[in-house]
Amino acid sequence: MMMRLTRHPIDLTEILAEVQGPERGGTSVFLGTVRSDDGVTAIDYSAYDQMALEEIERILGEARTRWSDARITLRHRLGVIPAGEASIAIAAAAPHRDEAFSACRYVIEEVKKRLPIWKKEMYADGTTTWTDDQRHARPTTR
Amino acid sequence: MGKVSVRFFARYAELAGCDSSAVSVSMPATVADVIAKVRDLFPGTQAMPARPLAALNRHQVKLDAPVGDGDEVALLPPISGG
Repeated sequence: MMMRLTRHPIDLTEILAEVQGPERGGTSVFLGTVRSDDGVTAIDYSAYDQMALEEIERILGEARTRWSDARITLRHRLGVIPAGEASIAIAAAAPHRDEAFSACRYVIEEVKKRLPIWKKEMYADGTTTWTDDQRHARPTTR
Repeated sequence: MGKVSVRFFARYAELAGCDSSAVSVSMPATVADVIAKVRDLFPGTQAMPARPLAALNRHQVKLDAPVGDGDEVALLPPISGG
């Protein structure tokens, strides 16, 4: 099985090769990259790996049922990812662009709702904060 | 009594002071009963919301889901993947 979760930079060539083919005329790629909001220099991503892997396969299975001519793949990077680098890549290829865009959009929206993955923002001064921690708008721990 | 393994992730692991543990609960029990026991044993987890996201054997469930001996309950902070 391919490595859906990786601790290395995402290789776009590799994921395109998994979905493209002469019978699929449209390929849609979504890349999510770490944003440098409010001095964020990197984000440390952690996951419940086994559950995330199972949930990814469920989401991809749903998309394949819905767009049966599409080929869809996904990578999520974990660990410390510097601002500007990709944390997630989704590629969907289908005979026509409508299915490719729709399948790609479906997968990223479900990932956002369902994958057990968490972000800790890291700042230049060495402080960090969990993005789900509502008590603090800014750094909490050193 | 049944033994349920418990896993903590991300901020909740920091609150608990560990990644995993096991708790004993009297059966029949629900995920909510396991969480109540966790709040007793790991006081830091009292800072979790009243109704945290939970997974039973790697599937997200509601807190009234029944648990059995040997099950795994994972406590999940709000999901922020992507």
